Amino acid sequence: MPVAATNDFTEPAVAPVASSTSLRQIASHPLTLRFVSFGLLLVAWEYAGRIPISVAFPTFLETMRGLLDMAGDGSLLKAFLITLKPLIAGLMISIALGVGLGLLMGLSRFSEWLLGPIFIIAQAAPLAALIPVLTFAYGIGLTAKIMTVCIMAMPVIVMNTLSAVRNTPVSLVEMGRAFLGTRSQIITRIILPAASPMIFAGLRLGAAAAFIGIVLAELLITPTGIGDLISYHQSVADYPKMYASIFSIIVFSVLFIECLERVETVLFRPEKHAS
Amino acid sequence: MIASLANVAPHPGTAAQGSAIVSVRNIKKTYPGGVEALSGITLDFPEGQLTTLLGPSGCGKTTLLKIIAGLLPATSGEVLVGGRTVTGPGPERSFVFQDFALMPWASVLRNVAFGLELRGVRKSEREAIAVGHIAKVGLKGFEYKYPHELSGGMRQRVGLARALAVDSAVIMMDEPFSAVDEQTRRKFQEDLLGLIANEKKTFLFVTHSIEEAVYVSDRIVLLSRRPSRVSTIIEPKLDRSGDPEGIRRDPAYLDAVEGIWQSLKKYLD
Repeated sequence: MPVAATNDFTEPAVAPVASSTSLRQIASHPLTLRFVSFGLLLVAWEYAGRIPISVAFPTFLETMRGLLDMAGDGSLLKAFLITLKPLIAGLMISIALGVGLGLLMGLSRFSEWLLGPIFIIAQAAPLAALIPVLTFAYGIGLTAKIMTVCIMAMPVIVMNTLSAVRNTPVSLVEMGRAFLGTRSQIITRIILPAASPMIFAGLRLGAAAAFIGIVLAELLITPTGIGDLISYHQSVADYPKMYASIFSIIVFSVLFIECLERVETVLFRPEKHAS
Repeated sequence: MIASLANVAPHPGTAAQGSAIVSVRNIKKTYPGGVEALSGITLDFPEGQLTTLLGPSGCGKTTLLKIIAGLLPATSGEVLVGGRTVTGPGPERSFVFQDFALMPWASVLRNVAFGLELRGVRKSEREAIAVGHIAKVGLKGFEYKYPHELSGGMRQRVGLARALAVDSAVIMMDEPFSAVDEQTRRKFQEDLLGLIANEKKTFLFVTHSIEEAVYVSDRIVLLSRRPSRVSTIIEPKLDRSGDPEGIRRDPAYLDAVEGIWQSLKKYLD
């Protein structure tokens, strides 16, 4: 009864309310805010390019034209394939070794005592300063670039995995023991799933650091891939294409990290996509 | 496991007067840092009864329960379960945790079946067992929900179903209702009486609520303040056959609550 009464009361106002709520729904959708903020940035870019604030600063539309040109003649794809090789290799090594070492340190006080300080320093230090040393030691080839990606990405992955393991709720581990779980069952079925959100947060940070590493390597060691596109177009003063190269690696890195988040939700957090 | 316990208690039918299934012998516990939690506790827990450890907060009730569970080592003394010395957790004991200890990434079904999963019981078999216990604690239809979709009371029902699913002779409950709101707690206490009557298991219960202790227990062990000793053992003789609400109006219930309050009062400053 009270429900019906309310309906009667609001009946005349239904149509306008509906349209304004749907507008409000669109406005309050998190994606809307993102698009608006990106849109404003791009408009500001376009405007700044048209003033122009510098001859070396192309407008957004010129940059997009440069991007299309490079996509069309295949140079962008070729550059990405070259860049991806050390990036993916370095990231794979960092993830495998980083998660492994983090787990080891999280599970044994001795290994934390042994290895912890190295990674605490590595995480805080500006490791890009080591790039000349790596070049000296490993030459200008693939190895030095993979190493650069590793030193950038690994510390944050290790430290996040370590604290993820340490933050496993005590009562869950106690529960595992009370129900007769073996040490390895408790690690694989309780500690790892409990730690996975924080490990993945570390992987996302690690992936972002890996992108920094590969761009630094390609700009500082020898220009290859995207680094080559950036420095080549800078040297011939083709600024739209130079900006387009920078733009493309930024977009790619953001999408890559977004994908990593999806993978985590699908594989490890069934409760997040449950009905 | 059931066979070994049968040696200890050949007549489960006479469980009310049963022999001790769990015996605590002169247990002392001193935490590193010198805090003495338990100073020489000797206690018997009769088979088939619900025995409650009751005492002021911080008196070491939970510590004692975890020592019996094999989750904490005692500094000295020994715990016997079914005549055997406890060195760690065992299949004849299961535990219900104060904070539920449910795995947030696992469905109700997997959480309830988890004890069996760890023991290597086949998936189809353990899930069939779990479904039965989920229904028994009143959560039929929630098998594929996740803990965050349940209320506190429902989560603890999952914790209880998980303990029942491994079919242990002794079930230990560490302040199971302390994180549950008052209304839910009352309903849960009533349902618990029904479950206890059907299960014929030994329950060890820890609580700081006098009313709760008297309501559910066959025997109440009052512990003194830290370092704690057994202060008194009370056996409230309540008729639990009738209406579960009626118990709360039973003069015997009210007298027992009052009596315990009088003896615990002296530990409060």
